[in-house]
Amino acid sequence: MADVTMRIWRGDATGGDFENYTISQNEGEVVLDIIHRIQATEAPDLACRWNCKAGKCGSCSAEINGKPRLMCMTRMDDLPEGTVTVTPMKTFPIIRDLVTDVSFNFEMAKRVPALLPPPMPEGGYRMFQQDVERGQEFRKCIECFMCQDVCHVIRDHEENKVNYAGPRFFIRYAELEMHPLDTNDRRELLKEELGLGYCNITKCCTEVCPEHIHITDNAIIPLKERVVDADYDPVAWLGRKIRRRTKKTAAEASVQPAP
Amino acid sequence: MAAVESSTKVVLGGTRGGPDEPTLRQDRWRLQPMIIAFILTVFIVYSTWAAFQNRYYFVGASMGRDLISPFYSPCIGGVCVPGAKAGFALNWFRLSPALLILIFPLGFRFTCYYYRRSYYRAFWWSPPACAVADAHGTYSGETRFPLVMQNLHRYFFYAGLVFNVLLTIDAVEAFREPGIGWGVSVGTIVLCVNAVLLWMYSISCHACRHLVGGHVKSFKAHPIRYRFWKIVTPLNAKHMNLAWASLLFVGFADVYVRLVASGALTDYRLF
Repeated sequence: MADVTMRIWRGDATGGDFENYTISQNEGEVVLDIIHRIQATEAPDLACRWNCKAGKCGSCSAEINGKPRLMCMTRMDDLPEGTVTVTPMKTFPIIRDLVTDVSFNFEMAKRVPALLPPPMPEGGYRMFQQDVERGQEFRKCIECFMCQDVCHVIRDHEENKVNYAGPRFFIRYAELEMHPLDTNDRRELLKEELGLGYCNITKCCTEVCPEHIHITDNAIIPLKERVVDADYDPVAWLGRKIRRRTKKTAAEASVQPAP
Repeated sequence: MAAVESSTKVVLGGTRGGPDEPTLRQDRWRLQPMIIAFILTVFIVYSTWAAFQNRYYFVGASMGRDLISPFYSPCIGGVCVPGAKAGFALNWFRLSPALLILIFPLGFRFTCYYYRRSYYRAFWWSPPACAVADAHGTYSGETRFPLVMQNLHRYFFYAGLVFNVLLTIDAVEAFREPGIGWGVSVGTIVLCVNAVLLWMYSISCHACRHLVGGHVKSFKAHPIRYRFWKIVTPLNAKHMNLAWASLLFVGFADVYVRLVASGALTDYRLF
């Protein structure tokens, strides 16, 4: 097979630059194979994070020709002819070469209020198939964090990281909010502290997701609509007031002492 | 349900890897936003011109037809052409009736989740394409006025449903051929297809999907809502296609009625 020129970002927090490597390429190889061959031959100190080589661990996320992709799932023969550029994920601080510090995501994971089920009924909890299926898509997430990387809210505006959970965690919130046994209400948290309103539905997270999760349509927009229910819909607000009042009146009526 | 609070510290800063360039993408990422910007600009310019023109929007008894442009229906202004007038009229309104009507369908499309994606990319460049730098120094998304008003989408959805009913009535009335009886012309088919596409676009809307059943926690506890949700969900997956099809066709329907009303085109009777 013909040789290929790889343009790879080399550097750390003190700075860096591109280095070119011209190396042999075999049929059917993926970008991670080429990176490993460079490590084995020309640059043994080239740092990259990888694990399963099967698109299931989410470790080898990088930007290939400017787009976030898993190196292990990007076939060389699917890329256009010419030099292939590989850079670390832009949104996160660099550690070295293609390895970034993704601890922002783990900080955001800590903020997720856990499932809060009601007291266990006699016979245990029961969940039905249609409710199980609804959240199944969200559980496919492999935490590659490419959706976080591509999201312009934090990619281009570092200051938003303080108050923006990002697409990966919006699907976690959606999964919890759609759980039939959950009694927590995370809508205020999503609106005020986790920046759901920052998302402007440009769907880049959905475009880059290697598990093809419909992040925007099935998680972010339903969450936005739930926040609308809570805060922006005067009809829903009025309905809640009336229902609450009706319930209160009924409750009061039920405890009235007998004449 | 108990509202929850949670907070941990996020450390900002740290040197990012890669070159300080807006993008390293090598594909033709400019193409999609340019095409979308072009189509939307053409539609906005045409619909503005059509709304202010205030004539050639109704094909009436003189031509043996009952066709009204979707831009002018219902004709509730004070200056409607004879035969086009709706059941009631705001007689004090002397400008083009389209100016009263178009606020609602345009508001529905402006706040639509799909169109938001499109025009934020095409016009506002926030961002112009995935992994291409945002064109703005600061960003507050839809958290502040005016963009926080996007949350009113469901009200425009409700208004859109009213207009869909009215345009469906127009489509049924298009089968009427004054002085001839009943029949089907090209104009009838145009108005019928237009009404169907508008219904499909409205029903596939994300707000509709939420309102019919998406908002419940348990589908098992709400079987009827679940059934509605199951109907709307596959349509919702085609929302983009339906958004474009209905937008282009509503423009085409107006062009068709306008050409027939002005005498530039004959509305052929099919049967």
